[in-house]
Amino acid sequence: MPSRRALIGGAAASVAAAVLAAPQVRAQAQPSVVVVGGGFAGASCARALKQLDRDLAVTLIEPETAYLACPFSNAVLAGLRGIDAQTFGYDRFGDIGFIRKRAVAVDAERRRVRLDDGTDIGYVRLVLAPGVDLRFDALPGYDEAAAEIMPHAWKAGPQTLLLRDQLAAMPDGGVVILSAPANPFRCPPGPYERASLIAHYLKTSKPRSKLIILDAKDAFSKQRLFEAAWRELYPGLIEWVPLSSGGRVTEVDPATRTLVTEFGSHKADIANVIPPQRAGRIAQSAGVADQTGWCPIDPVTFESRLQPAIHVVGDAAIGGAMPKSAFSANAQAKACAAAVAALVRERQPAQPKLINTCYSLIAPGYGISIAGVYQPRDGLLAEVEGAGGTSPLEAPSSVRELEAAYAEDWFRTITSEVFG
Amino acid sequence: MTSHDMMRPKNRRGRSFAPVLVAALAASAPTWAGAAPGAAACTGCHGPAALGSAIPSLDGHAADDIVAQMQAFRSGEREATVMDRIARGYTEEETRAIAEWLAKPEAARHAQP
Ligand SMILES: Cc1cc2nc3c(=O)[nH]c(=O)nc-3n(C[C@H](O)[C@H](O)[C@H](O)COP(=O)(O)OP(=O)(O)OC[C@H]3O[C@@H](n4cnc5c(N)ncnc54)[C@H](O)[C@@H]3O)c2cc1C
Repeated sequence: MPSRRALIGGAAASVAAAVLAAPQVRAQAQPSVVVVGGGFAGASCARALKQLDRDLAVTLIEPETAYLACPFSNAVLAGLRGIDAQTFGYDRFGDIGFIRKRAVAVDAERRRVRLDDGTDIGYVRLVLAPGVDLRFDALPGYDEAAAEIMPHAWKAGPQTLLLRDQLAAMPDGGVVILSAPANPFRCPPGPYERASLIAHYLKTSKPRSKLIILDAKDAFSKQRLFEAAWRELYPGLIEWVPLSSGGRVTEVDPATRTLVTEFGSHKADIANVIPPQRAGRIAQSAGVADQTGWCPIDPVTFESRLQPAIHVVGDAAIGGAMPKSAFSANAQAKACAAAVAALVRERQPAQPKLINTCYSLIAPGYGISIAGVYQPRDGLLAEVEGAGGTSPLEAPSSVRELEAAYAEDWFRTITSEVFG
Repeated sequence: MTSHDMMRPKNRRGRSFAPVLVAALAASAPTWAGAAPGAAACTGCHGPAALGSAIPSLDGHAADDIVAQMQAFRSGEREATVMDRIARGYTEEETRAIAEWLAKPEAARHAQP
């Protein structure tokens, strides 16, 4: 007890203590909702919960001292932006109890979360928002050590800087290879935005170089827009090798920076390997991930299909057509918060309606987008027909410029909503 | 599973019975988010005016104004980069509920009923 009191600030501590003392958690005046993960999903959810019901005791568990945002991290790789612009502190969370620890286990029956210092905290409802884990067991040769040579840069931070520095050090005339995974994965247009911005860097700084995308898919998000822009802006620079042409990488050798496909092998000067992914580890140990590695959820409440009173939002969740994006994570988190706030007060949650909009930069001042509107249907989050879609294939440069500006302002708005 | 099943075929025109059911469901749910399903998603892009974003803030607009703009986006009458694609996902009734919620002063939007 004393060690936990020391850990947990103010209101959260007394609630945790009260929860311990009284097993009848449902009858509490200040029900305790615990959120694991302070990313776009978890931080949004904790904030929305407190906004919806000031009398909820909301605790956010996150081990990092700062959040490094992935959206726009591709611009960092291309030298267009500093990593500082991606960094957000956790000091503006008001009366949300912030615990700087990692959650290591969940006892779904007793409704307790165990932290990495051995203490635990009780909940009436738990929201898991751990994002993704990169799978270091899925691609032969690609483990954590290999990622130090062939960076994934699919979590922003040191990996982003590693890939940026490799690009900066590469001599002109080098070959950059980016390998993209099969669906589903974090940020479907992300690899192609990355290819675009790396191509922009190569074109302006190392024009004799080449970029090859080895893809485990035959189609990708906003494909026609990307390909048209590549022909226009980067002719001959980017080569996309789809699955059907032998694009799927089956093995890598970090020592020689070689990527092996079903059709042959490619030697790279720089290899950016984006491996397959799954829900963050805590989701597996809580028993909310299924055999695919992702967490099936109810589309109205985001409650796990596998464990009661545990909700999953953001990249870790899977439940229909919504892509794994920061925009989706934030929208899902707010819908989940509304449902959780209703459920803890024994009210019926309302049917949510969600939006996703993902911008991609193809070059500075050249933005494109894909949007969708989603609602529950047949137990999944389904796209509302007749809505959504991509930017037009033909558009004047003023429209691309406007979308690039909107992309930046979207990032500013959402990060200020999520991190304060 | 839900009333939304019925929405599917006619949803493009927003003219099935489903919107009425959605509105009824929403009315029975007491939280603000329940009062306007979908409203929470808007603020991902549309922040407070003080941010000075190129994406306009929705603060301080009359409900009728928001409804009219959404209609103009939906019909294509008002040019857009992305709002036309988003507006087509909302029925007239849903738009009205969202607009009315957005038109409330900040404090009222977050207050418990
Ligand atoms: C290169 C790139 C570009 C992208 N661009 C865009 C874009 O333009 N637009 C867009 O919408 N999306 C974009 N995305 C996707 C976006 O980054 C993710 O969808 C988003 O981060 C998902 O949010 P999340 O909260 O689910 O997960 P995360 O952001 O990964 O947050 C998870 C948090 O949980 C914490 N955590 C994990 N496990 C535990 C534990 N056991 N205990 C406590 N805390 C834990 C982590 O430390 C982390 O802070 C991009 C992604 C990449 C890689």
